Amino acid sequence: MDVATPFIEVANAIVEAGGKDLNLCYQCATCTGSCPWGYVEPLNIRQLIHLAQLGLEGYESEDLWKCTTCGTCKTRCPRGVGIIDLVRSIRMMIGETGLIPLTLRSALGSVRGDGNPWNGSRVERNRWAGPLQVPIFDKARTEYLLYGCCMASYDVRSRKIVEAAVRVLRAAGVTFGVMGQGEECCAESVRKIGEESLFERVAGSNIELFKAQGVEKIIVLSPHCYDAFKNDYPALGGKFQVVHIVEKIASLLLLDKLRLERPVKAKVTYHDPCYLGRHNNLFDPPRMILSKIPGLEFEEMYRARELSLCCGGGGGRMWMETKFGQRFSDLRIPEALAVGANVLATSCPYCVNMLQDSRLNLNKEEAIEVKDLTELVAESLV
Amino acid sequence: MASKIGVYVCHCGMNIAGTVDVPAVIEAAKAMPRVALSKEYKFACSDPGQEMIKQDIKAHGLDAIVVAACSPLMHEKTFRRAVEAAGLNPFLLSIANIREQGSWVTEDPAKATEKAKAIVAGAVFRAARQEPLEMRSVEIHRAALVVGGGIAGIQAALDLADSGIPTTLVERQPSIGGYMAMFDKTFPTLDCSACILTPKMTAVGQHENIKLMAYSEVESVSGFVGNFQVRIRRKAAYVDHTKCNGCGMCMEKCPYKAPSEFDQGLSQRRAIYVPFAQAVPNKPVIDPATCVRFKGKKCKTCIKFCEPGAIDFEQKDSVEEVTVGSIVVATGFQPMDAKKIPQLAYGRHPEVYTALEFERLNNAAGPTQGKILTKDGRVPQSVAILNCTGSRDTNYHEYCSRVCCMYALKYAHLIKEKLHEATVFDFYIDMRCFGKGYEEFYRRLQDEGVRFIRGKAAQVFGGKEYKAIANAAGFIDGLEDHQLVVQAEDSLLGKLIRVPVDMVVLTPAVEARADADEVGRKFLVSRGADGFFLEQHPKLAPVSTTNDGVYIAGACQGPKDIPDSVAQGSAAAGKALGLIARREVEVEGTTASVVDELCSGCKCCLTLCAYNAISFDADRHRSSINEVLCKGCGTCVASCPSSAIKAKHFTDEQIFAEIEGLMSM
Ligand SMILES: Cc1cc2nc3c(=O)[nH]c(=O)nc-3n(C[C@H](O)[C@H](O)[C@H](O)COP(=O)(O)OP(=O)(O)OC[C@H]3O[C@@H](n4cnc5c(N)ncnc54)[C@H](O)[C@@H]3O)c2cc1C
Ligand code: SF4
Ligand code: SF4
Repeated sequence: MDVATPFIEVANAIVEAGGKDLNLCYQCATCTGSCPWGYVEPLNIRQLIHLAQLGLEGYESEDLWKCTTCGTCKTRCPRGVGIIDLVRSIRMMIGETGLIPLTLRSALGSVRGDGNPWNGSRVERNRWAGPLQVPIFDKARTEYLLYGCCMASYDVRSRKIVEAAVRVLRAAGVTFGVMGQGEECCAESVRKIGEESLFERVAGSNIELFKAQGVEKIIVLSPHCYDAFKNDYPALGGKFQVVHIVEKIASLLLLDKLRLERPVKAKVTYHDPCYLGRHNNLFDPPRMILSKIPGLEFEEMYRARELSLCCGGGGGRMWMETKFGQRFSDLRIPEALAVGANVLATSCPYCVNMLQDSRLNLNKEEAIEVKDLTELVAESLV
Repeated sequence: MASKIGVYVCHCGMNIAGTVDVPAVIEAAKAMPRVALSKEYKFACSDPGQEMIKQDIKAHGLDAIVVAACSPLMHEKTFRRAVEAAGLNPFLLSIANIREQGSWVTEDPAKATEKAKAIVAGAVFRAARQEPLEMRSVEIHRAALVVGGGIAGIQAALDLADSGIPTTLVERQPSIGGYMAMFDKTFPTLDCSACILTPKMTAVGQHENIKLMAYSEVESVSGFVGNFQVRIRRKAAYVDHTKCNGCGMCMEKCPYKAPSEFDQGLSQRRAIYVPFAQAVPNKPVIDPATCVRFKGKKCKTCIKFCEPGAIDFEQKDSVEEVTVGSIVVATGFQPMDAKKIPQLAYGRHPEVYTALEFERLNNAAGPTQGKILTKDGRVPQSVAILNCTGSRDTNYHEYCSRVCCMYALKYAHLIKEKLHEATVFDFYIDMRCFGKGYEEFYRRLQDEGVRFIRGKAAQVFGGKEYKAIANAAGFIDGLEDHQLVVQAEDSLLGKLIRVPVDMVVLTPAVEARADADEVGRKFLVSRGADGFFLEQHPKLAPVSTTNDGVYIAGACQGPKDIPDSVAQGSAAAGKALGLIARREVEVEGTTASVVDELCSGCKCCLTLCAYNAISFDADRHRSSINEVLCKGCGTCVASCPSSAIKAKHFTDEQIFAEIEGLMSM
């Protein structure tokens, strides 16, 4: 057994870096018992927190980078500890010593240089808008800014989602445009990786740009952009009215501005993205939308709503290699199949990506498709 | 107007004198109008301090007194008594609070001294205009009301009645008994619950001084300490209880059933029913939601089989009014709805039980005659008990429910006793066994072989669900579909563990009843942030409330076990008795009164009075205030558009004078 001496200065430094709830943890272990890593290779977040409480070594281990910031532990923690903020602050401290995993460093470098984490060039951003004849945002003529997420610009699969969104919004008569130049990544993941100063710079530049263009309302496709704009930007002076495409579609349906008439013959189950569900409590609108699509049969998985299983792509994990056998999304495909679904719907470009990968890796192309909810809605338009 | 005012400035040790320059305040006071004398003293509230004031009043013929010291909440009563002893009306005293509003909140001594002078001047100006008022005494009605017939209310009612006080006990359910009536055994002694409760229930039913009103609720309360008028609605039972001989034929024959509330829905009762065999009163009621006659059908079964002809479908709710001197509220608690915690699978999996369901499973009179069986009739080989279901949890209830660790141990024992082979796991954060004999009970259960796992259960899966999601990573050998998997981190091992079990028992938090707010408003009892009724002082007045004459007892005040509920029941009865024994109460003279000539009859004040002290004389078209009911809060005074209401001791003239004094420094 090791002998340890508490190093309280380190513990205090974590609290100062934003982990203000560190001392509230009473070691009940709910967090470790709830963490999705438990299904593959348990992550002892409780112990990590206790080590941090005493400023002891060990919290800087590889484990620290496993957290996907899915929020399962945070929403259940009986002491209301902001566990994700804690993880962020510890990462921030480690980041200062340069001990960030290599792949994350490259993604961060790309955000720093190119304004996106995918090493894509700036001129490629929002190029998809051209062929779809989506105008440049102009506050006199367009009500909403459509913020497509870096995924829409640099990932082929995600482009289909933005195409579907454009069709749906047009069908309902919503006016929207994209940012011409200068838009950058929302930087949500940057923040979760612990790069607070980079986050503030990127977010600050977006805020300035949006304000200069007179943007008031933003439609987003990714729950990660949603979370950043809604919950992180206001503290930096960016107060916009942010709606996720799912919220927008749900309200259009309620107002009868959107008619879904073409039957979609599919047995669908729905995967709640962490940042839409647990982080922002949007559990009902997706289900309401699915119930309005004619011909569609819906079946709930066991791990639905608050219990939803993380896809594994949050908190910077999107840019890290996850060993085979440790991918949460690989567990999700059989779970969807077990309820007899042939379409696994979700509403997050990260989730779509991760689940799509698993579907291919597990050789389930024949059995099941992965779709964004927006795509299903578009299919149902006449 | 007073013309010889005595001013006394207290040092309060260093509390005041440490910051305020007391001699300077004394000098300033001497120059104030109508001040005859100005003195300082180290502790004015001490006996010699009071003696000094008394002597001065007599020697110098002082006609008003200002004491510059601590908050009037602390010592106004003390100084009033001193003033009165010297022959002056106690309302001719004015307190200048230079401690809480001065020295304690002002760092700079110069500023604190200036502030003290101003506060003293305000008091001096006001004192000159204060008028003598009389304390009033009101007779106390020699009768008591107890609301709620759980163990706390039963104890309170019996103690009051045994002392010869006519007591009305109002219980909402068809029978008294509360939750205790549902238990099989009680921790830590493992007494049979019915064996110790039933004699008390019977005693209530037979007591000559107790009027038991079951299936009834308090509709409204008016009046005040010593004289509460209480309207009680007795719900229609559709059975004439004066005729019913309790034979039970009706219940046997009634063809219509509903889930038994008493058995937590684990068994069925009839449309005409008593909740349980030992019920007091042991007379049935008809539940109109289940009886088909209320849906237009023609069933006559109970009428046919009731020999004394007690069934009466024409019966209506009836309202009675009683007058009592004091009230004990003992309305108890409710368990939290376990469905609020989706990860624990309650309501989704049949073998996840709440604690009360498990109590009924264990009860010899329960749905399984006391056998611990799964819903499909199997004997469980393993049971997991999960502590802290919604307690100590900021998502639900931040407080500790105080009984769950102990009844979890009780269940562990019952399982071990009944099913020797079964394994019991208890998932806990901390074992809280603070009561008498509790820690010993914990040790005993360890000795009985219960497996304690330190780590809150984080998730419960159905066996079938688990197999669908486990994949290779978490495969559990031999897991059956009907089983459950409890997942937690054993924090002592630092390992994630998954335990397959046949049954899971949750321990839902003890919470305030859903209608606590409404009940609180009826009896003017406020509630704490946790939702429970608030005692007047957490340590020194645990069963009193801020409403004089109304006391609280049992789990309505906060989670507690039976010993504490009984102790509080007795304590509340003792307080109620003490009040009644005084025969009369003194009430303050600082009431409001209507100046008849100024009242325009607009009725603005009528609805504002929280104590229902204002009435309207339609003939004379004037409001008038019942001095006995009035608490002198001043709401009506401020609201009256004609300025027709005066608050004695807080007249406009007095308040303006005080302001003038404050501004004069
Ligand atoms: C699962 C479980 C097991 C327990 N086991 C034990 C044990 O083994 N040993 C132990 O010491 N303690 C035990 N306790 C604690 C015990 O239940 C309480 O201490 C006790 O019930 C408190 O009694 P009470 O009279 O304050 O409240 P209650 O038992 O809740 O009784 C309140 C009564 O008031 C009535 N009422 C409510 N509102 C009104 C109203 N507005 N008007 C009229 N009537 C009303 C109710 O119908 C009820 O009859 C256990 C608790 C739970 C949850
Ligand atoms: S759930 Fe919260 S209180 Fe419990 S161990 Fe984790 S951080 Fe600490
Ligand atoms: S946020 Fe999610 S991944 Fe991170 S520690 Fe908590 S439960 Fe695990």
